[in-house]
Amino acid sequence: MIEVKDLHKTFGSGTKKVVAVDGVSFTARDGEITGLLGPNGAGKTTTLRCLYTLMQPNSGQVLVDGIDAAADPLAVRRSLGVLPDARGLYKRLTARENIAYFGQLHGLDDATIRMRSDAAIRALEMDDIADRRTEGFSQGQRVKTAIARALVHDPKNVILDEPTNGLDVMATRAMRAFLKQLKNEGRCVLFSSHIMQEVAALCDRIVVIAHGRVVADESPDALRAQTGEANLEDAFVKLIGTDEGLAA
Amino acid sequence: MKSALIVFLKEVRENLRDKRTVINTLITGPLMGPLIFVMLINTMVSRELEKAEAPLKLPVIGAEHAPNLIEALRQQRIEIQPGPADAERAVREQDADVVLRIPPRYAESWNKGEAAQVELVFDESQRDAQSAVRRLQGALEGYGQRTGALRLLARGLSPSVMKPVVVAERDQSTPQSRSGQMFGILPYFFILGALIGGMALAIDTTAGERERQSLEPLLANPVPRGQILAGKLATTTAFSMTTVLLSMLAFSIASRFLPTDKLGMDLHIGLGFLARGLFVMLPLAALLAGLQTMVAAFAKSYREAQTWLGLLTFVPAIPTMLLTVLPFKPLPWMYAVPLMGQQIALTRFLRGEVVNSDALVLCFVCTTLAALAAYFVTARIYRSERLAISA
Repeated sequence: MIEVKDLHKTFGSGTKKVVAVDGVSFTARDGEITGLLGPNGAGKTTTLRCLYTLMQPNSGQVLVDGIDAAADPLAVRRSLGVLPDARGLYKRLTARENIAYFGQLHGLDDATIRMRSDAAIRALEMDDIADRRTEGFSQGQRVKTAIARALVHDPKNVILDEPTNGLDVMATRAMRAFLKQLKNEGRCVLFSSHIMQEVAALCDRIVVIAHGRVVADESPDALRAQTGEANLEDAFVKLIGTDEGLAA
Repeated sequence: MKSALIVFLKEVRENLRDKRTVINTLITGPLMGPLIFVMLINTMVSRELEKAEAPLKLPVIGAEHAPNLIEALRQQRIEIQPGPADAERAVREQDADVVLRIPPRYAESWNKGEAAQVELVFDESQRDAQSAVRRLQGALEGYGQRTGALRLLARGLSPSVMKPVVVAERDQSTPQSRSGQMFGILPYFFILGALIGGMALAIDTTAGERERQSLEPLLANPVPRGQILAGKLATTTAFSMTTVLLSMLAFSIASRFLPTDKLGMDLHIGLGFLARGLFVMLPLAALLAGLQTMVAAFAKSYREAQTWLGLLTFVPAIPTMLLTVLPFKPLPWMYAVPLMGQQIALTRFLRGEVVNSDALVLCFVCTTLAALAAYFVTARIYRSERLAISA
């Protein structure tokens, strides 16, 4: 479970000061998919970066399975599987070596790494590329490798920043099926997106962010009821106040 | 430290698969210096030797005024040639290294027993001509002295009357120390090797990792950033030490092909030199790795990092130049200064001198402390939020 309480994060100072996150609070529960929806530049990536302790919030609290991220960042990172916005691989290592490297950094032994890699390679249907060097991988193959790498330690909580970005239709469908599978395994899945259709199709709970603030935190049905719009797209536009930066 | 080891092993494996890095570390870095050096020295030495051994071709103006002098010069294996019309111009335009001009009054002065003048026309700034000038001067002086001695004897005086003081030179240089003077630039090649060997790694582990967007996922692992950095610095240090070792081996082999014995010099890069050289170079390689990583961490891109590190390469040239231009006596405190300590120690090793172990330990400890300081500063940068963001 991931709990975010009144998160604030600003960059720069003086006249160049940018408020990226301005009091964001929400909870992502186990066995649910929580979607962070918002237009580009709404503060989604910064929020997520504070969650996996890459950044320190100016104020507010992040709890992962009850552990305070500020107090014990290593423990928090241990219980998180992260697919950041940046998902570069080591191109001179094979997909399997890329996965094994992160497994070792998580302190796993070789047998466990082998078992988990095999399972992930099967689940993501990447047998054909597993022992190839990642140089020249397609976008889809890269994302698959990055996900297998992020989940090698079998984390209870999974954070994905725009996981379907740059994927084609088939890869996107596979990704959505994979997220559902993670949810069915009882994990807490939190992902960000600026694509409404995707969030609507997958999420048990939708957190809408605009200008660094949470403007809604509901189930898709409740969202429709709250805004009085039957159509989710209209509901979002009404919440955010503009349709700029959103994709259907 | 286990995580640092994991990072180290992965970086070594990955970088050994990178042709460019391997070529830089194993071939270009260590071999460029010795190759250039051997070629340069060989050309220089064989030219000098050729000049010393071959008959000196000397254009003479007015040879007919002093047949005895000319005969004496011929006996010194100097080949007399007809002189040019304009001696000054011939020298200025480098048609001749040196021209001897014997004025018509020579015979007259000689017969009167007065000092007979001959003129040497040469250009002191022409390095190439210097050995010819020295040789001719020596031959002329010898002739003068012999004649003077004969004249004194003819008057019943001992030639020693003319030499109240005799200087006997006792040169304390050894074949090795003479070569140390000539090869004073060698330590710079080793230090340069360390920089070149570590450069690709230092960039790859910071600006490179950020540019290929792999730093953010890496930092999401439950490993303190200091340990990741330690692993990366260890890799950079290992590669740069490999370059230094290969560079020393290359010089060791190259020194066998140098005609140093003909110059009365001895350049011996043996096991003793390797062991002591690597001992003083190890902390320096760690320090340079830290500095390179620090500089590369500030750079926004791979290319920018390359530019800055290229500039950093000139820094170790400073003590080399200082030591060459102002050859001062090495004082104990100088061993405590990183770069300078290594420079002095390596030079003395090459000269075959003994450096006492206190100085070596001082050099090692002080450079290690500097390397640790560089590590902590770099770790601070590595922990900053700005570093992690791939953009």
